[in-house]
Amino acid sequence: MDFTLSEEQQMLQDTVARLVRGEYSFEKRLEFSETELGFSEDFWKQLGELGLTAVPFPEELGGFGGGGVEIQSVMTELGRGLCLEPYMQSVVFGGGILSQAGNDAQKEKYLEGVASGELKVAAALQEPQAFYNQNEVETRAEKSGDGYTLSGRKAVVIGGHCADVFIVSARTSGDVRDADGISLFAIDANAEGVERRSYPTIDGAKGCDVFLDNVKVGADALLGEEGKAADVIEYQTGRAIAALCAEAVGCMEEANELTLEYLKQRKQFGVPIGKFQVLQHRMVDMMSELEQARSMAILAASYADAEQNDERRRTLAAAKSVINRAGHFISESGIQMHGGIGMTWEYSFAHYAKRLVMIGHQLGDDDFHLERYASLLEAS
Amino acid sequence: MNMNYTAEELAFRDEVRAFLDEKLPADIAAKVKGFRKMTKEDHQRWQKILVDQGWYASHWPEEYGGVKWTPVQKHIWDEESCAYGAPRTVPFGVNMVAPVIIKFGTEEQKQYYLPKILSGEHWWCQGYSEPGAGSDLASLKTRAVRDGDHYIVNGQKTWTTLGQHANMIFCLVRTNTEVKNQEGISFLLIDMNTPGISVRPIITLDGEHEVNEVFFQDVKVPVENLVGEEDKGWTYAKYLLTYERTGLAGIGMSKAALTHLKELASRRLKNGKPLLEDPTFGQRIAKVEIDLMAATISNLRIIAAVEGGGVPGAESSMLKVKGTEIRQAINDLARRAIGPYALPFIEEEMSLDYEGEFLSDENAAPLSAQYFNNRKLSIFGGSNEIQKNIVSKMILGL
Repeated sequence: MDFTLSEEQQMLQDTVARLVRGEYSFEKRLEFSETELGFSEDFWKQLGELGLTAVPFPEELGGFGGGGVEIQSVMTELGRGLCLEPYMQSVVFGGGILSQAGNDAQKEKYLEGVASGELKVAAALQEPQAFYNQNEVETRAEKSGDGYTLSGRKAVVIGGHCADVFIVSARTSGDVRDADGISLFAIDANAEGVERRSYPTIDGAKGCDVFLDNVKVGADALLGEEGKAADVIEYQTGRAIAALCAEAVGCMEEANELTLEYLKQRKQFGVPIGKFQVLQHRMVDMMSELEQARSMAILAASYADAEQNDERRRTLAAAKSVINRAGHFISESGIQMHGGIGMTWEYSFAHYAKRLVMIGHQLGDDDFHLERYASLLEAS
Repeated sequence: MNMNYTAEELAFRDEVRAFLDEKLPADIAAKVKGFRKMTKEDHQRWQKILVDQGWYASHWPEEYGGVKWTPVQKHIWDEESCAYGAPRTVPFGVNMVAPVIIKFGTEEQKQYYLPKILSGEHWWCQGYSEPGAGSDLASLKTRAVRDGDHYIVNGQKTWTTLGQHANMIFCLVRTNTEVKNQEGISFLLIDMNTPGISVRPIITLDGEHEVNEVFFQDVKVPVENLVGEEDKGWTYAKYLLTYERTGLAGIGMSKAALTHLKELASRRLKNGKPLLEDPTFGQRIAKVEIDLMAATISNLRIIAAVEGGGVPGAESSMLKVKGTEIRQAINDLARRAIGPYALPFIEEEMSLDYEGEFLSDENAAPLSAQYFNNRKLSIFGGSNEIQKNIVSKMILGL
């Protein structure tokens, strides 16, 4: 049993940590958030130049076939910096779907750009009424000529506002909640009939809803087998969940450090407020929640690229469930112990709190993952 | 044991409902129910309607424009006005400084200030907290030094709610540094237009400008603006805080928020069925509804005790803790109910004038902001930790 990172993994994490510390002060982050792009183009370029956007890809694309632990190392540090770049969306999720489902021509077309950071891909899988169930797909893809015509709507695609390519799920057969009959398509984000409504998100990032109105694509846009995409979606969503868990742990580490520091320096009634037992115990609970979350993020990372089976499904559902609850607890407790200061825009804690609560709204809330876990319970 | 309203109380409730049906402006109610932003003008318009009805300063003595409602009548008003979407009264003038002036002020102060609160000529804000004095309010440092017939005030107040609209501020200031913290504090009424006062906005995590910092640099305040005796301000401040606390349970607001949540959960879908019918989400709503049911009766028990001549004491602290936890839980569920749409932060959809298409539900846009903003409920008016200290000391004797 060894929970330490290898030398290479540690170096990777240190590289990202240094980059974030140098380029991503809280003040700069607020500025990046205010721009139209919503993140730092320069920082994104640096992630590419340092080979960080290539981490999960093979050597010929500049990467080293990094797995869950490598992604965890990167995402934890991006979480500590509250970084706004669409690393999870494009590199982990989008790149993962293309790697798993794409044919040689499609990989050739997209992956080099994704791995270098020059091409941004966003997975547009959830729909407005689906409440986190990615098999609930009303968007239709009708055969037309030797291609397809897509119509429908995709909801809350974080990073979609600046994506060059959308990976869209659409139904080629079956009923609205059938796992069978879902297909994936890679479509040019600027293709005719594709409209996006972009917006800022409350945690400082940007996203969009995607409206597809008779979007015509060739047969070469289909990723994988027609009607059989549910497995790919489920598998890659698992990898994205592991990445989100790592990001959340980075946020929680920083949130806890800020809170602990505040308990030590803020004085009331003549003593640091950290001398009050009720606050001590709450801080201890925050620390325990972080440790639980860290354990699950590590577990999730180790399953992210494992073979698909119920154990992997359960583990990832469990991880997201723990992370969501821990993030929520740390966010609320940290605000409470800071008092009014914890709610101010000028102070970084508030932004960690918002990010942590919002992670709970991405790729399934705690109820969703608890129900999913319960449906996969083993009898003994 | 009789938990029903009397015939007179039922008649009063009908009167309240008829008034709200007729007089509450629809646009204001829509803003309140949909968690939209209220302007200063909205508050003032509603205040005028209440003043004309004679119900604005309901708890003041009749000679100053009050109506002497019983505690049960006040409760009925609270429940009904919240259910109709009437705005919560901005409390600093009518509910906070006024009771202090009425109890401890001079006749001149009553004659001067009370009518101006009713007419809306004075918009008050509260100068209590300081950067170094939050839960430990008595450690405040804003200094007032007597100089002839004036005090010279220097220092800083913070978390001043709606201070940007105010032209008057009531302040706790230190007039004596030689004695124990609580014994050197005075209660001053200060005109915000006095030279040397500046207001700086504090933007909260939801992007809102609701609270402010107020700075005092050599501000000259006439001695007749002192309430009661010099150095006795802490007594008046505590009197005011019990007034503040009783309103903070917010039972009526929680009921209105719960109705809003259930309507929302009836419209949002999970697995093709209304979220309200989903067993998991339904249980979450059930739990908070049950908690609210219990808190409502606890509230009524305190009201009945007060009506019987009792004084609301530390029980109001207990109710403040429960009440704010319930409201926060409802806000938490409303945010959960919109699923991924908790993320988009579309400010234009929060305006009643918005004519575009709503991204998801017409009431979705403010829900995450509302959730984050209402984290303040367990912090202000004495944090919930401080309330528990009060209960522990006053009721349990620990």
